[in-house]
Amino acid sequence: MIENIDLTLVNWSRAQFAMTAFFHWLFIPLTIGMTYIIAFAQTLHVRTNDPEWEKLAKFWAKLFGINFAIGVGTGIILGLEFGTNWSNYSWISGDIFGAPLAAEGIMAFFLESTFVAVMFFGWGRISKKFHLVACYLVAFGASLSALWILTANAWMNYPVGMSFNPDIARHEMVDFWAILFSPFAVNKFLHTISSGFVIGSFFIIAVSSWYLLKGRSVLFAKRSIFLASVFGLVGTGLVILTGDGSAYNVAQHQPAKLAAMEGLYDGKEGAGLVTVGILTPGKKIGDNKDPFIFKQEIPYVLSFLGYRDINAFVPGINDLVYGYKSDKLEIVSASKKMEYGRIAMQALSLYKKTDNSEEKTMALQLFTEYQPFMGYAHITSPEKVIPNVPMIFYSFHIMVMAGFFLIAVVAGLLFFSIKNKVENHKWLLRLGILGFPMAFIASMTGWIVAEVGRQPWTIQDLLTTSVSTSNINSMAVILTFWMFFALLSVLVIAEVRIMLAAIKKGPESTNTKGGENA
Amino acid sequence: MLNSLSHFDLQQYWWLIMSLVGSILVFLLFVQGGQSLISTLGKTADERNMVVNSIGRKWEFTFTTLILFAAGMFAAFPLFYSTSFGGAYYAWKLFLIVFVIQAVSFEFRRKKGNLLGTKTYDTFLAINGYVAPFLLGAVVATFFTGSAFIRNEYNLSFWQTELYGIEILFEPTNLALGFAVLFLARILGAMYIINNTLENTIIERARKQVAINTVSFLVFFLYFVYQLLVMDGYAVDPTSNQVYLEANKYLNNFLAMPISIVLFLVGVLLVIYGIISTWFMKSTKGIWFSGLGTVCTVLAIFFVAGFNNTSFYPSFIDLQSSLTIKNASSSHYTLTAMTYISFLVPVVIAYIYFTWKAIDKHKITKEDIKEDAKHHVY
Repeated sequence: MIENIDLTLVNWSRAQFAMTAFFHWLFIPLTIGMTYIIAFAQTLHVRTNDPEWEKLAKFWAKLFGINFAIGVGTGIILGLEFGTNWSNYSWISGDIFGAPLAAEGIMAFFLESTFVAVMFFGWGRISKKFHLVACYLVAFGASLSALWILTANAWMNYPVGMSFNPDIARHEMVDFWAILFSPFAVNKFLHTISSGFVIGSFFIIAVSSWYLLKGRSVLFAKRSIFLASVFGLVGTGLVILTGDGSAYNVAQHQPAKLAAMEGLYDGKEGAGLVTVGILTPGKKIGDNKDPFIFKQEIPYVLSFLGYRDINAFVPGINDLVYGYKSDKLEIVSASKKMEYGRIAMQALSLYKKTDNSEEKTMALQLFTEYQPFMGYAHITSPEKVIPNVPMIFYSFHIMVMAGFFLIAVVAGLLFFSIKNKVENHKWLLRLGILGFPMAFIASMTGWIVAEVGRQPWTIQDLLTTSVSTSNINSMAVILTFWMFFALLSVLVIAEVRIMLAAIKKGPESTNTKGGENA
Repeated sequence: MLNSLSHFDLQQYWWLIMSLVGSILVFLLFVQGGQSLISTLGKTADERNMVVNSIGRKWEFTFTTLILFAAGMFAAFPLFYSTSFGGAYYAWKLFLIVFVIQAVSFEFRRKKGNLLGTKTYDTFLAINGYVAPFLLGAVVATFFTGSAFIRNEYNLSFWQTELYGIEILFEPTNLALGFAVLFLARILGAMYIINNTLENTIIERARKQVAINTVSFLVFFLYFVYQLLVMDGYAVDPTSNQVYLEANKYLNNFLAMPISIVLFLVGVLLVIYGIISTWFMKSTKGIWFSGLGTVCTVLAIFFVAGFNNTSFYPSFIDLQSSLTIKNASSSHYTLTAMTYISFLVPVVIAYIYFTWKAIDKHKITKEDIKEDAKHHVY
């Protein structure tokens, strides 16, 4: 398919995508989470006619607006980067991958951007009810947008609803609903949206906690913390629930990712879940070093989370690379899969080249038999089927720890908000401020687990990242990497400064229309 | 419901849909045109703010339509997406950069702490205003003039110059369409501002700009149309699917498809009527005539590029690597699924119409640009 793979090109293409995804992901979960809180605050205003709720909705909408613009700007880069930097992927999977992106454009993006304009420019100009509907449509549009893009992403991790067309060398969609409702897609959507709730909530909590520590805008800040804590608690609960679903899906379909998440080199029955651990530096696949310098684990939990059976066998990295055989289970070694993959690709090549119909039929039969392994043809050594273990292991555990920290803080804030004493607990307010960066860390590390954990594949088992790039000079990618890095860095600094200035100015200057202050 | 439609029916339907989205996108470039006129129409800070707040309330429509165009091409014609975006790399990356700076500039320009200052963000808007329409026009012109790529037996494409899209600028016909789209966007931008503001000084300057830009537009547009009608085009044999050069192919396409002639002529007349009504009749509604005319004209150009056995993205290096709506499209199943989704487009158009009307009911005045206004201000 591709004769010579340029690793410089592959690595810089990955770096460029990771960099733009990082910048994009700084803004998007905040946008998703805040839209619902703004809509809910505006609902309370419309129902009670209390101008303080409108002030709350307006102030957070102002910060949302600053964030929205750069989120949109970074989003378009990612969308088009599939074409510019991953053109082979775009052809090989475009029949499936393009459809959710187009659906996003038609169904979600127009909804969101149209009603964002109504939300911003309609305040005080159109009826309150129409304006409220616009607020909810913005929130709904943002979530719908996430649904489509996460469906596409889930398909890369768990390719379903498709078949390979050897005549034109691409995967083609055969079942739209299987793709949309695959367990990976449903779970990924719920997990990501709820993490957006958590980040949006903690942004509001952090800013409001700062106001309370400064003794500013007390009523505004207390109401904001209460509202955000409710959303934050629901969000963290959903994150845990769907996180369990994610672990189960990964165990079923991406065992290498699961093994890396847990630093599990030798598979076992009744495997425990590592709660905290330090990996042995320089550990390589196949050597005899102990993977851990130190670890604490809860017995049986990994088997249970992955397979809903405390005695289930969880394959380790060595089993996946070198193979495993027992009475109940056989795992084909990576080198065998590479051999099968090469058979598949040779058969495909013959199928495309020969004019002899008998030879063509035989080649097609052979290809069909070995097609599930076709991606392995481009793996250069068996160990490369395992993603970067330290990066995945630490990211996963940081994410989990940050998650438990967040749920404790948000529960505390809600408890004291209900008792109307939250302003008296300065330590908790400081933790509330810390919660915002922690929520981001949890979200970013979660993405690292999901995306780096999928490596070396763009489409799990079927297409390697190395084959997916555009066929261009690596210098073009390096040059544009630095151009985008410089541009986005400047814009992010500007965004943060604008945000901080708006936060410093505070909600006092926010105009409101409505009834008497409660 | 759609089972009776053949794969080719759906391929044509999707070329029609993408042509329509592309045409609407060119009309919506009035936002870019307006951005390129900020300092020409606004001599004081208040005037510039009025211009920005007038066009700024529509930038998301253009942006979203652009994304829809790209995503629609990805879904319907993925081979075009992979070949053009992955090959004309620098052209598309430049295109992206100018849209990223646009996305933030409206929101950031007058915000405290914005790091770069209002002037820089207004310059960003101007850069986007000039570069985006020009590049889009130049890239669309390659639908006729061709590009330098080959495809291997697995349909993976390889660009044949290391300029990765910059070479588009070396072809006069590409430049002509690029400049024509730029000056058209400026005409439409001036017309929109005339329609959307209540400040006479700005309106008078905008009328003058309509006249000035019309002259430039006509020069480049007429050159492009002349070239289009006389050039050899990339025809496809419907039986063998072989691509070959045909003399006056695009003229032949116009003649073979009367609808495209009608659309083209009606479109051009509407654009001219919009200009005349704005300049001589002092009308504020010229944008609607010229806007509709733009959609019709561009639609005709897209029809000529893709229908009637024509390669819509030809390779002049290797004719058989050229892309047609048949070989570049998604599968029958995917196009069918996408067609069901496309039925939502009228709903989208309906709510855009109503929200546009709701927002534009109130024309921009000096009161609207005060930073302590009750609504959002750019």
